[in-house]
Amino acid sequence: MTGASLHPPETEADLERFDRVERTVHWATAALFFTVMFTGAALYAGPISALVGRRELVRTVHVVAGLGLPVPLVVGILGRWGANLRADLGRINRWILDDRVWLRRRTRDRARLGKFNAGQKLNATFLGAAIVLMLGTGIIMKWFEPFPLPWRTGATFVHDWVALGVWIAVIGHVAFAMRDPEALASMQRGRISARWARTKRPRWYEETTGNPAERLKTPR
Amino acid sequence: MGNDTGNGGERGSPVGRRVFLGLIGLGVVGVATGAAVQGWLERTVAPIVGRDPTGLLSLLPIGRFRIYTVTGGLPERSRADYRLRVRGLVDEPLDLSFAELTSMPVTRVTRDFQCVTGWRVPSVQWAGVRLRDVLDRAGVQSDANAVRFVSFDGAYTESLTLEQARRDDMLVAYDLEGEPLSSDHGGPARLYVAPMYGYKSCKWLGEIELTARVEPGYWEQRGYDVDAWVGRSNGRDDSAT
Repeated sequence: MTGASLHPPETEADLERFDRVERTVHWATAALFFTVMFTGAALYAGPISALVGRRELVRTVHVVAGLGLPVPLVVGILGRWGANLRADLGRINRWILDDRVWLRRRTRDRARLGKFNAGQKLNATFLGAAIVLMLGTGIIMKWFEPFPLPWRTGATFVHDWVALGVWIAVIGHVAFAMRDPEALASMQRGRISARWARTKRPRWYEETTGNPAERLKTPR
Repeated sequence: MGNDTGNGGERGSPVGRRVFLGLIGLGVVGVATGAAVQGWLERTVAPIVGRDPTGLLSLLPIGRFRIYTVTGGLPERSRADYRLRVRGLVDEPLDLSFAELTSMPVTRVTRDFQCVTGWRVPSVQWAGVRLRDVLDRAGVQSDANAVRFVSFDGAYTESLTLEQARRDDMLVAYDLEGEPLSSDHGGPARLYVAPMYGYKSCKWLGEIELTARVEPGYWEQRGYDVDAWVGRSNGRDDSAT
């Protein structure tokens, strides 16, 4: 993985994009997100409720999955095993000028990106905040007795609108993943080609391999 | 740590943290002010949702029913098994089948449905029997001053004064929007208290009891107002239904 710069690009070793902990956290969180999204839709939309039935079961699954949603992420972050996850969260936090350049469609081609593009950063940040918000408002909705009554109204309001945002973010996230099969595969197997990294995430490539990303003329 | 930037050493500014904390802050503000904002949305956006020909806007959390139950599940009962009992301070206790209930004169009421948690469904069509007709059929005794309602699973209770219960817009409802009342909306039959917040409209109505005085119901024991006029109770200012 450390710069085998003598080889032609085709034989350059793959780079590790996500380690086992990160992939496990990602897919466990994804499974829980899909569970709360579909059970939530079944609880919320009349026609789906009628189709699914078993409201008691659906509600129990929704609450249990919702309470469990932060667990993979928290275990991944707090454990000794989570160094790469913590580093990636730091990368998602930090924005460089190229992220803003990338956000503008007109100037997107000029951006030299790090490990994550601005869309990935926004998506991860929003979904992270959504986990906290949905947990907090969900708890107020389910166990409302200790809280002032108007909070029940406010929590319902926030839970509804954030849910809509989660649906939009997740559909977008999946659609973008489908459009880049190599990136999607690296969330399953962990490694990604040096070519992908060099062309799509040049700053990350340089940092990881120690080689310049633009040493060869490659199509973008 | 220089290599941890993922940006080839360039550190960047903590925009992610700001966005994250900003979203959490918005959520807290939303919990505190959501009641007012939802009311405003129901007034301004719900009419647009109703006119949207694609139906896509109806996915928005505006102008739609939420299904609440105080137990884990939905009490299920078929129309064939349904019974409505009337007891307490009456001349003749009743035990009505669904067919006996629907053989009584039908009353239709179309009003907005307003929940105390903020959502409002515009122009909901109900059909059923006037509560007053059911009470008269049993014969209310002179020492009765209030009416108590119990869901047929026994978990939910509600109450009205006798004067309120005798209004024209109090129904034992069994049709919603021209369809048989489904279980999630409180079927086979429920109480429908048109001018009050939704929690007064006891779902899965199984028993009506005439009493000497009002006994606070399920939600009233937990802080909501007994006289739950829409817009004049529970600290809310919704327009009347």
